[in-house]
Amino acid sequence: MKDIRNLINITDLSVEEIDSLIEVANDIVENHKEYENICANKKLATLFFEPSTRTRLSFEAAMLELGGSVLGFSEANSSSAAKGESVSDTIRTVGCYVDVIAMRHPKEGAPIVGAQRTTVPIINAGDGGHFHPTQTLTDLLTIKRKKGRLSNMTVGLCGDLKFGRTVHSLIEAMLRYEGIKFVLISPHELQVPEYIKEKMNAEGAEWKEVETLEEAMPELDILYMTRVQRERFFNEEDYIRLKDSYILDLEKLKPAKEDLVIMHPLPRVNEISTEVDDDPRACYFFQALCGKHIRMALILFLLGIKREA
Amino acid sequence: MNIDGVKSGIVIDHIKAGKSMMVYELLGLDKVDSCVAIIQNAASTKYGKKDIVKIDEIIDLDYDLLGYVDSNITVNIVNDGKLSKKLHMELPETLKNVVKCKNPRCITSVEQEIVHTFKLINKEKKVYRCAYCDAEHKIK
Repeated sequence: MKDIRNLINITDLSVEEIDSLIEVANDIVENHKEYENICANKKLATLFFEPSTRTRLSFEAAMLELGGSVLGFSEANSSSAAKGESVSDTIRTVGCYVDVIAMRHPKEGAPIVGAQRTTVPIINAGDGGHFHPTQTLTDLLTIKRKKGRLSNMTVGLCGDLKFGRTVHSLIEAMLRYEGIKFVLISPHELQVPEYIKEKMNAEGAEWKEVETLEEAMPELDILYMTRVQRERFFNEEDYIRLKDSYILDLEKLKPAKEDLVIMHPLPRVNEISTEVDDDPRACYFFQALCGKHIRMALILFLLGIKREA
Repeated sequence: MNIDGVKSGIVIDHIKAGKSMMVYELLGLDKVDSCVAIIQNAASTKYGKKDIVKIDEIIDLDYDLLGYVDSNITVNIVNDGKLSKKLHMELPETLKNVVKCKNPRCITSVEQEIVHTFKLINKEKKVYRCAYCDAEHKIK
């Protein structure tokens, strides 16, 4: 029986596999025609127990561009989860209808439960504050396309580093490349969790924590902004106190390098001023485009489909 | 109080005082047909007090979990009145349905009939991590 591959955490993929996905994503742009019907008769289920715009639509756009079909739901209320059905039963059922499943769930580890109950590949499209590996693949493709490399650079991560799953996954992924220095920019309350610090130390990575964007800016090659998310807080007062702490504007960008790459997993609220959008260093909408290309490559990889040479 | 020695059976010794019922439950001794004795607060030259569990028959048991209760526990297999094997415990690599994850955001907090699984990540510090959400569990 063929081994079923899942993508729960970015570390489920080797560096070589990530490199290969990036190659395929670039090939999709260069030879778009070759991929138009490559997934004909294949079906993707997008099971979103929690709302999302970009991730769900980019998965659906990716499958449609490959000539496949999509089905699913965009909130738990429109599925049997509202009647109390377990994740196990939902996934086991949907696995009978489709070839690959992308799922988002507010509870951490839900895709692991899903993967235990089906024989079709499961893609974690975000599980609470835990992992979001396809965002990380998107980020890696963006960095590779903009910088031409994934090694030897200083990466600044700013905002909610405690609950920001995109940040945790990106750090884990970039730890595997040489010469990466992390500058962690956040208020004390939203610093990265201990286990991420342990991982950076175990890999011998260079990292530091700072409290302001200004002190980090001059040395950064990448600036990864994140939203301070209301839903990750237990306490509304804490959210209101911290949400405006780290707003990027043109003034703060003055000491930055000319080839800085500004990224954001989106959606943003106000953490990047709209005046920054027209700066050539702003790459967050380009990043959204990369998200579709890398998800196309990932679907092909998990289905074991390659284009004919 | 005297309890006879075991002729052929299992003596689980050096259990930290007060933990014998935990051992009883983890090993599923409530489900076996054998005669089982639980001795609490027995005198111990090494620890002052200890608990002991005696089973009057040699049966298959999964001892791995005993290391989680207390790594000082020893398991003595007695055959025809003689000690035939002495096992020392270590922290098990995996805990299944022994502890529940305390992270309210973990899927295990809502999903029914899930196998609560923890993996050992630091032997010296006795730290486990939830296999689903990565939340830490430290043994005190």
